[in-house]
Amino acid sequence: MRKVKKDLVVIGGGPAGLAAAKTAYDDGIKDVMILERDFELGGILPQCIHNGFGLHHFKEELTGPEYAQRFINDVEERDIEVKLDTMVLDVTKERKVYAMNKKEGFLEIEAKAVVLAMGCRERTSGAIGIPGTRPAGVLTAGTAQRYTNIEGFVPGKEVVILGSGDIGLIMARRMKLEGADVKAVCELLPYTGGLTRNVVQCLEDYDIPLMLNHTVTAIKGEGRLEAVEISEVDENLKPIPETAKTIKADTLLLSVGLIPENELSKKADVVLDERTGGPIVNEGRETNIEGIFACGNVLHVHDLVDWVTEESQIAGKHAAKYIKDNYEKTGSCAELKAGENVSYVIPQKIELEAGDRKRIPLYMRVSTPLTAVDINLYADGEKLYSFSEPFAKPGEMISVPLAQKTLDDLGNVDEIKVDIIEKEGN
Amino acid sequence: MNKKYDVIIIGAGISGCAVAWKLARYNLDILLLEKEADVATGTTKANTAIIHAGYNADPDKLKGHLNVKGNQGIREVAKKLNIPYEEIGSLVVGLEDDNLSVIDELYEKGLKNNVPNMEIVGKEWLREHEPNISPKAVKALWAPTAGVITPWEAALAMAQNAVANGAEVKLETAVEDVMTEDGKVVGVKTNQGDFEADYVVNAAGLYADEIAKMVGIEKINITPRKGEYYIYDHAKDFAVNHVVFPVPTPISKGIVVTPTVENNLLIGPTSHNVKSKTDLATTREGLKEVYEGAKKLYPSLDLRDTIRVFAGLRAADDSEDFVIEAAENVKGFVNVAGIQSPGLASSTAIADYTAEILADEGLKLSEKKDYIETREEPVRFYEMTNKERAKMVDQNKDYGQIICRCETVSYKEIVDAINSPVGARTVNAVKRRTRAGAGRCQGGFCGPRVVDIIAQELGIDPTEVKQEEGNSQILEYKIKELLGSKVMDNA
Repeated sequence: MRKVKKDLVVIGGGPAGLAAAKTAYDDGIKDVMILERDFELGGILPQCIHNGFGLHHFKEELTGPEYAQRFINDVEERDIEVKLDTMVLDVTKERKVYAMNKKEGFLEIEAKAVVLAMGCRERTSGAIGIPGTRPAGVLTAGTAQRYTNIEGFVPGKEVVILGSGDIGLIMARRMKLEGADVKAVCELLPYTGGLTRNVVQCLEDYDIPLMLNHTVTAIKGEGRLEAVEISEVDENLKPIPETAKTIKADTLLLSVGLIPENELSKKADVVLDERTGGPIVNEGRETNIEGIFACGNVLHVHDLVDWVTEESQIAGKHAAKYIKDNYEKTGSCAELKAGENVSYVIPQKIELEAGDRKRIPLYMRVSTPLTAVDINLYADGEKLYSFSEPFAKPGEMISVPLAQKTLDDLGNVDEIKVDIIEKEGN
Repeated sequence: MNKKYDVIIIGAGISGCAVAWKLARYNLDILLLEKEADVATGTTKANTAIIHAGYNADPDKLKGHLNVKGNQGIREVAKKLNIPYEEIGSLVVGLEDDNLSVIDELYEKGLKNNVPNMEIVGKEWLREHEPNISPKAVKALWAPTAGVITPWEAALAMAQNAVANGAEVKLETAVEDVMTEDGKVVGVKTNQGDFEADYVVNAAGLYADEIAKMVGIEKINITPRKGEYYIYDHAKDFAVNHVVFPVPTPISKGIVVTPTVENNLLIGPTSHNVKSKTDLATTREGLKEVYEGAKKLYPSLDLRDTIRVFAGLRAADDSEDFVIEAAENVKGFVNVAGIQSPGLASSTAIADYTAEILADEGLKLSEKKDYIETREEPVRFYEMTNKERAKMVDQNKDYGQIICRCETVSYKEIVDAINSPVGARTVNAVKRRTRAGAGRCQGGFCGPRVVDIIAQELGIDPTEVKQEEGNSQILEYKIKELLGSKVMDNA
């Protein structure tokens, strides 16, 4: 077993890991190692060959591979050490990382700080327990995307998509462009799970039917998928048997949710938030375990990679501060609470010395969609301030800046709560 | 002309593999035929994976005779052939409102069947040993000799051991007829040609009645009886320490809650006769029945972290017993039919019993001098410590590349699974041998890489790689193939 020491180990070479490594490097931490299990850097971005990335961060529209390449170039220019095809098997709370690859065998890396950036995985048909058989041709939208855009194969030609998450919407268009007949996108809820722009650009522009309040109630076929049965659901999301109809299909793609991959985090005793599925972090993205940070989709599922980048810069910056011993807790801790119609808020707590920061971005999502909302912030029950937005939907993350000055004026505060409710007088 | 075998065994499920394993120790030419692309793809791959202690089987039936013998037999075989097996014991748990006298009756039946070390335990014992059990649980039959096993690995290990001892296995070879001459078996016709043999063993599972009819035996009638299940990720934080049954009713042993050998929680099965032998569909009602049944024993069990639902078909004969006997009308034909629960537990005893019948029918059983008793333990990265893994990688760098992240399966394990005797040809066959794709992402990440490795090792195109049976190709087209003409037009 080879043993090495590193200032910073970043687990995952996707957009989160790359941005965190780059920022930490620029903040003076040169001894950085990125561990990536795939054969190339970029995470999921290399298979996201569509456009729409970077509008916030770069103020221009890029494809996924282009967005990734900018950060890969940054990492290469800085000569940051990267290990590809390397699987991390274990992380301890003492920040020892155990990893393995073909070239070097087994590695034990002792790190001063660790950034967890492992991303997320897709919920499967087994996890949602769709009744029926288990034929070939039922796969998650992301796996189909990899087959199509990386491996060069199209899973089938008569496609039904369950779930209107962004990858599902993107793949509906992608399959159509490959010449497949995309028969329907079914969504259990009365609204779509993905970005509005993807509904317009991927479904409406290509005349792909979107069936809200519908789900797949049976998978049919022995070897290969032959058909799916879809049904309308009632207000309790239960299928209505009389509405069942069978659609001939050789491919069923699932876009029914993403789950942060925190199996490694748990090994290091990192405490997870039931609502996000990711670690509980402070505003520097440090977990409950000292010196272990988390950012990107391992922390919570993002809608746009631009937010991943912003968040990972925060994590990288604080990891660097931590390594340089320049990282102070105030001794008091304000908890962020998800109030009415808010499913979660990141970070979950504020506990660090302000330093030179001007504001803390609070990331959140609503539980149900609303048009015309008031976003209200409360400090220990007292209304802090509020502002309005034209709409809020669960598929789109909301970033609310909390000014440092507001925090300074408050002094000690135990709880900051956010409500996102229907706009008054609406 | 093909060579002439002493024995042809039809069906490479647990029974057929066990018979092959048993017979391969003798100086015999053996051929094991399987219509699917892998061993263990029928009832053997989709059941509760339990080695029953033997208190449930009727002492007057063949099941009752063979279960306890099989329980003892499997323990030895698991060691010799390195099959994952854990003797965790079983409980039949009575709740307040149950007919608790059934537990005493089972105990008595167990004594008749010679089940060792059973005990009746009470409330406190249950609280201590099954902390999550229903607060209404008051009494249970504890049978410490019950265990859990990986059924497909058991079948595979026996088939591989048989091959090591000279037996042949032919996959994707479906028997179309059994040939007889002068009231005596002479061989079988298959989709891959004819094979001659003096003896034919019918271990065709769900199709055993159809094979029996080929020689004019009408008394066997197999009804497929469906069982539906949920399986959980091994990361599920919910302790179940035994194979836990409810109090049985006259028609069913009820919904079981059990850990598997790999530590996945498993709940099921339902028990409903169906019409079709290929009806492996789970149903909304069936899954509901499973979950509600499990909740009776473990009220705090939820459905979070389930990774798969599946259904299996038991091959139930009308007699509701094993039918293991020589045909009366045709010499050299032996049925091993109606092997439903406790068939897996009885498999070694079924093999012993079948060998005795064959000997009675005139087959000469003389033991080989160079008989190989053991099977080398396959490398299983998922159950190794990091230290052990480090050692393996030092020996062979191909262990250093992890393909399945959820179950920690290396490139080398997958390549070995494909290239070993009775090698994997399909994605599911790789999954059964290595656990690649058996985890929480269900092959979402490793699937494309497994397809690629299979294609490389077998020298086929990725579009030819199958998930399991028949036309189960995973990838239908290369990119732009569907656009064919349009691309040409634009060029």
